[in-house]
Parts: sequence; structure tokens; C-alpha cells
Amino acid sequence: MAEQCYHCGQPIPKGYNYRVCLENADREMCCRGCQAVAQSIVDNGLVEYYRSRTAMPVSGQEVLPDEIKKLALYDHPEIQRSFVIDAGEHHKEAVLILDGITCAACVWLNERHLKQLDGVIGAEVNYSSHRARISWDERAISLSRILQEIQLLGYNAHPYNARQADQLRKTQRKKDLQRIAIAGIAASQVMMLAVGLYAGAWYGIEANTMHLLRWFSLILTIPVVLFAAWPFYRSAWSGLRSGHLNMDVPVALAILTAFMGSVWVTVMGGTHVYFDTVGMFTLFLLATRLLETGAREKSVEAAENLLKLQPAMAMRVQNGQQEYVPVLDLLMGDCILTKAGETIAADAVVVDGVSSVDESLLTGESRAVAKRVGDSVIAGSVNLEGPLTLEVSGVGENTVLAGIVRLVDKAQSEKPKIAQLADRVAAWFTLGLLVFAVVVGFAWLWADSSRAFEIVLAVLVVTCPCALSLAVPAALAAAGSHLIKRGILVMRGHALETLSQVNHVVFDKTGTLTIGKPEIISVVTFGLADEAQCSMIAASLERASEHPLAHAFLRRVDAGEIPEACSPRNAPGQGVSGEINGMQYTLGNREFAASSHGHSDVVLQDEFPGATLVWLCDAEHILAVFVLADPLRSDARQAVEALLVQGIDVSILSGDSAAAVGHVAQQLGVKNWHSQQKPQDKLTQLQALQAQGKVVAMVGDGVNDAPVLAGAQVSFAMGTGTDVASQSSDIVLLSSKLGDVAVALETGKAALKVMRQNLLWAAVYNLTALPFAALGYISPWVAALGMSISSLIVVMNALRLR
Amino acid sequence: MTTSTLVFLLALTAVFIVFIALGIFWAIKSGQFEDMEGPAQRILMDDDDPMLPSNQGEQNVPKHKSKLQ
Repeated sequence: MAEQCYHCGQPIPKGYNYRVCLENADREMCCRGCQAVAQSIVDNGLVEYYRSRTAMPVSGQEVLPDEIKKLALYDHPEIQRSFVIDAGEHHKEAVLILDGITCAACVWLNERHLKQLDGVIGAEVNYSSHRARISWDERAISLSRILQEIQLLGYNAHPYNARQADQLRKTQRKKDLQRIAIAGIAASQVMMLAVGLYAGAWYGIEANTMHLLRWFSLILTIPVVLFAAWPFYRSAWSGLRSGHLNMDVPVALAILTAFMGSVWVTVMGGTHVYFDTVGMFTLFLLATRLLETGAREKSVEAAENLLKLQPAMAMRVQNGQQEYVPVLDLLMGDCILTKAGETIAADAVVVDGVSSVDESLLTGESRAVAKRVGDSVIAGSVNLEGPLTLEVSGVGENTVLAGIVRLVDKAQSEKPKIAQLADRVAAWFTLGLLVFAVVVGFAWLWADSSRAFEIVLAVLVVTCPCALSLAVPAALAAAGSHLIKRGILVMRGHALETLSQVNHVVFDKTGTLTIGKPEIISVVTFGLADEAQCSMIAASLERASEHPLAHAFLRRVDAGEIPEACSPRNAPGQGVSGEINGMQYTLGNREFAASSHGHSDVVLQDEFPGATLVWLCDAEHILAVFVLADPLRSDARQAVEALLVQGIDVSILSGDSAAAVGHVAQQLGVKNWHSQQKPQDKLTQLQALQAQGKVVAMVGDGVNDAPVLAGAQVSFAMGTGTDVASQSSDIVLLSSKLGDVAVALETGKAALKVMRQNLLWAAVYNLTALPFAALGYISPWVAALGMSISSLIVVMNALRLR
Repeated sequence: MTTSTLVFLLALTAVFIVFIALGIFWAIKSGQFEDMEGPAQRILMDDDDPMLPSNQGEQNVPKHKSKLQ
């Protein structure tokens, strides 16, 4: 018997029997969700997927009728207005974010299946950004139907509202590519001509031919200098205007002097032109910059894809009338109705109804918080139990969520900036160089005025800070691309430099060290019913509830065999009760479960510290106690050990209770931990560490971690975490493997080493060549060759990091 | 003599460069650089599998069939 699910690769729990006939053999599945997904893949003739895939997908989920009802909302023209484009009469187009793409076969699966549907005109999935562009004929198929079909394959599709920022980024990238194309074409052609010129300088060349080649090179270099190198001038100029000498000042200077000098030589006559140098230098720099921004963009895109489905519509109640309105149209004081299972659209106060909400978006802890009349709820939390009528107290910029984002911005601006050091050093170096060149020029004017220009040019070219300005970006780009291959995205370049100095790592608990979803870790029975029976009863009672814990119960049993519960009753914040086969059962906390009174939970609570206990009782007896806890990630212990071995301190900051955090800390061997920390407290703890001189790396996932992530010298966000967390961090662990933290730290050390070698080499080269050039011993073509070789060495050294 | 040959070759180069530049600009504009990994992987998927004579009849896939219908 296969032990792993054929579809998702998860281990199959004992006694489960889900099969799908696939390629003439019965395959075992781990749950009904996977079974359903595999069956629809087979039914649609897409079995090729299983042969071609290189990574396992996420476990399948059953498509519930409720979900389908929610999807139907997307057919509403008001909602479609924000993300659907009219591409012609009855012809619509939209961009969807696809959740769950793990390998190229997933892309194929979605494209193939969607294109098979009647009415779908085109479906293209972008493998790197996980976005699908779908166009369809609205007479033949509805958008909700397309979304449903994607769900059947085991993926989740969210409409993506292409924002202005995204559009801007796209045009910027296209412009960058154009600049590189121009620089590349021109540089390659000019270098070819330069071969002729170098050969001519050695073997002799006709004056006519030489002039022809020089003029042609000049014409080819004009677009490079005017168009391709434009970003360097702009950045240098804005730096100069604000009184900073940044790295682009020497770069702009090098390009312009080499070009001007060569133009001068071409027109007035002279020994050497440097058009090839101009082209190659611009091309190298543009390419390293594209790699750098490419890495950053990819992480921003990934972060945006993680945006949880925010409601676009809310039901407004006005004069007794209910109508769906776009959330943007909501005003303070409006009344909205939120049904069970819906996401709350705005910050609000409960005016009618009793329910509980899941505020895990904000707190990182996924548990139900009871809400009564007068309590306030926050936008983005999920209403779990009963309908709530709410009075809107904050929308848009006034929400708690927006406030946290502002806190993040503030923490970020106070971040220590080590990265600028290299910039400043290079800038002073350039300034010194310019002064030196001017001095040398005057000295030669006095000594031998005919050679003055040639020698100043040689000084400028030989000491051109090309190698120096490539030293750091080339190493950063190489290290960044090495990390991306492992699923580690570096959002900000300076993070790599800081990584090598980290001596303290702080972890969040829920969602970072643990998986973030409670699982049933143990069932204690009392001899009246066995475990399977109890699980079945509990699942039956929980099925009615949208409680975050309910899924843990439903996963344990076969959804088809759950008996129907009569007259289920939901007591928000306490539990559920109902009648099954004429017997009355309750499931909930100790106070709620009627017959548990008098039975102490001290022993159990001691045995499972930090766990949530759920009691199942019939009318008179306790049948079972379910122990729910958030399990540790499988690699958490290894990751922490790897850090401790490297001599790095580890501590845990969590918003959870002391018992739960203490238990995790003990399992991992972490001595330093703090519980019940609010976002502000976490930041204070962090600053206390920094005040002791520690260089702190923070690893977190939730919105509540965002300010700390921004405040730490370097921060990691889990790829499965909230988007606010990933945006306020320096590095995103897309694969959510904790071991990657240690990998990133090592790469950071290696990158710093390469940067130091590069800077040292560039400085040594420049300083040795300088006196020879100043004394007139280096002819300009040797200077150009030396400069190119020194730049190449720097780039090659950086490539060792890949 | 050699100069005129050179002028002709350089002119030819110029024409080529213009064509190459136009080609690359068109490729950039039409979004060919937006997904750098997908196409390389996609070519490996055997889309035409059901069309191979050896597989015909065995995998007779209806144009559209789904659980929802």
C-alpha cells in the first residue's frame, strides 16, 4: 500500500481509503479533497500532469456549496468593474492570481483545462508571477464558472486588480530592457570595430580607414550615451542637487569623460578612442541593475499575490433595505450586514447580533474572539458564527490595518543604513581623483603642454571607478540570484551586507515556528465511546460552524459518512450542541460542555501545555477530550540548532499565551522567550536588544509582526504570511522553510567576503596604475584595456557566488 | 578601393543594426520578456500526446466534460 498521497504527497492517515483510477492503476489519496481534484484531472483528460510535474501541489480541498455561492458574487457587474476589462462586445478579459502553482505542470494543467471550456477565448499563465490572463465570451461562460473550474483542479483564483503601481513597474521594466538592448547592440558592434582599430594601432592603418571606423563608432555610441545611460545621469544629478555624492556621480562622469574625450580625439585627431569602453561599461552596469531590480520586483509581485481576498462589496442596510455596494462607497456611520463566513469590510462597531470573529490577520493567532453589541471589529477579520449588523467606524486610511502600515513605514525610515557607506567611500574617492587629475593636468601643461590632454585622459580612464562601482552591485546581484533559486527572495540589496553581521535571531511563534493552523494532536476517551465514534460526532456538530477549529475536526473523518445533526445550536465563543440519532451532544470549552462540571482539566492541561481542550459530552457523561495545538514546523528544531551552532542567539517573541510559547521554546531549546506581546511591545523588546549592540534578524509572518520586521536590522517574512509582513521585510522565504534563514546568513557572509575582495582589488588596481598614468608611462589604449580587465575580474569574482 | 568596400560593409551593418533594434523593441513591447521561465518549461509538456497514433482511441477526450455539468 502506498504511504503517500498520489496527488499531494502527504502521508495517508491509517484506515483512509480514497482511490482514483489513474493510468490503469488505483492510486491512493489522503483525503476527499485530493480525490476530487485527481478525479476531475482524470475526467478532463489531463493525466499528463502527473507525468510532467516536478513538485507536489498543495492538498486538494473540497469545493463547498457555500464557496460556489460566494464566487457567484464575481458575476456582479459592480464588482467586475474594478478588475475586468472590456476587450470587445461580449468579450471580457481579467487577470487572476492563482494560488497553489508549484511547478510548470500546474501552468500547463490550468491553461489546458481552461482552454477546453466553451466560451474561454484565451488563457495564459505567467509562471514567474503566478498570474493568469483570461479572456472569455460572456454569452457562453460566466467568470464565476471559470473560477469554479480552477477550484476543481485544486487551485484558488483571486481576481487581481492591476493597480497603477504595477502598470508603472511594467513600463519601467520595458524601458530598462530597451536601454539594455541599445547598449548591447551598440557595444557589440563598436567592439568589433575596435578590434580593427587595435589591430591598426599595432600593424599600421590607413588614416582614411581609421577615421571611418572612429566616426562610425561615434555614431553608434551616441544612442548609448544619450538614451541607455540616461538613468545614471538622472540619479547622479538628483544626488548632487540634494548634496550627496552617490555612486552614480563617478559612473556618469566616467561615461561622459570617456565619450567626450573620444569625440575630441575623433574630430581633432589623437592616438586612441574609448567608444568600446563606454558601451561595455554601460551594458555591464545596466545588466547588474536589471538583475537587482528584477529580484526585488519578483518579491513585490509574490507579496501582492499573497493578498488575501479582501471583500470588494458589502451589504449596506439603509431604511430597512439591503443592497450590495462597493466598499469604497461606504461612509462612516453606515450600517452593514455581515453574514457568517464573510470577511468584514470596514472597521466597525457591532450594533446587533452575537458572533465570534477570526482576527488572525491582525494578531497572527487563529482563534475565535467573541463579539457582542458594542464591541468593535476590524476590517479584514472573518465573521465566524452568526450574522452581525455593524456600524462603520473607519474606512480606508482610518482602519486599524492602515495604522499598522503607517507604523511599519515609520520603523523603516529609522532603519540603520550600512549600505550607504560604500557609496560614500566611492564618492570621496572620485572627488580625490578629480582633484588629482586636475593637478596632473596643470603639472603637464607646465612641463610639456602637447601631452597634457592625452595624459589627463589616461589618468581618468585608468582610474575610472568602473571596477569600484561594479564591485558591490555585481556581488549583490550574483548572491541574490543564487538565493532566488532556493526560494529566498532578497527585497532590499543592503540586507545581504547586514546578514553577515547578524548575531541574534528573533522568531515569531504562530505561523513562523509553527504551522499556524491548529491540529488535533490527541484524543482522550473515557471508555464510553471509541475515538472514531467521537471524531464522527464532533465533526457532525462542527460542520455547522465556520469556527477556525472546525476544519481540524472535519479533516479527520470522511465527509460523506458524517451523520446529520438535528437542531444544531451555535453558542459564540463557547461551542456547539446538537442532536444526533436522538442523542443530545455538546462540544465546546469546559464551562459549555454541560456534564463536564466537576471534572478537572488540570491534569490534561499539564500534559499538553499551551493546547486548547475541547470537551465532547452527551447528556450525562464526558465522552472525549480533543487536544488541539498548533504543531511545530518539521524543520523548526533543525533551523534553530543550526543557528545556535553558528553561535547566534535565538529568542521568541509571540502574542500567544505564556504556556503555549513556553512549550514551544522548551521543545526547541530556546531559553529566551516573551509571551503576550502586542506589536508595540515586540518593537520595544527588539530595540532593547539593539541597544545592547546586537545586530538582530527578525523572522515573522503576521501583520502584528510588521513593525518589528521593519525595525530589525534585517528581517525575514514567511512566504505564506500576510502581504504587509512581506512588504516590510528585507527577505521573503517563499518556500517557508526555516532552514533557509541559516542559508541566507551563510550567503550573506560569502557575499560580504566577495565584496571586500572586489573593493580591495579595485582600490589596489587604481592606486598602482595612477602614478604610472600620471607620469605618462601608460598609453591610453593600455589604460582602456586595464580598465576593462579590472571590471571583468570584479564581475567574474562575483559570479563565484552563484 | 578598400575604403569603398569598407563603406559598403559599414552601411550594411547599419541596416542590420536598425533591423535588430526594431526586432528587439518589438519583442519587448509584445511582452516576450515578461515570463522568462514559463516558455522554457512549457515546451517540455507533451501537449500532443492524445494525437499520437499509439495513444488514439485510448484517450478519447470529449471536448468538454466536467463535474459541474
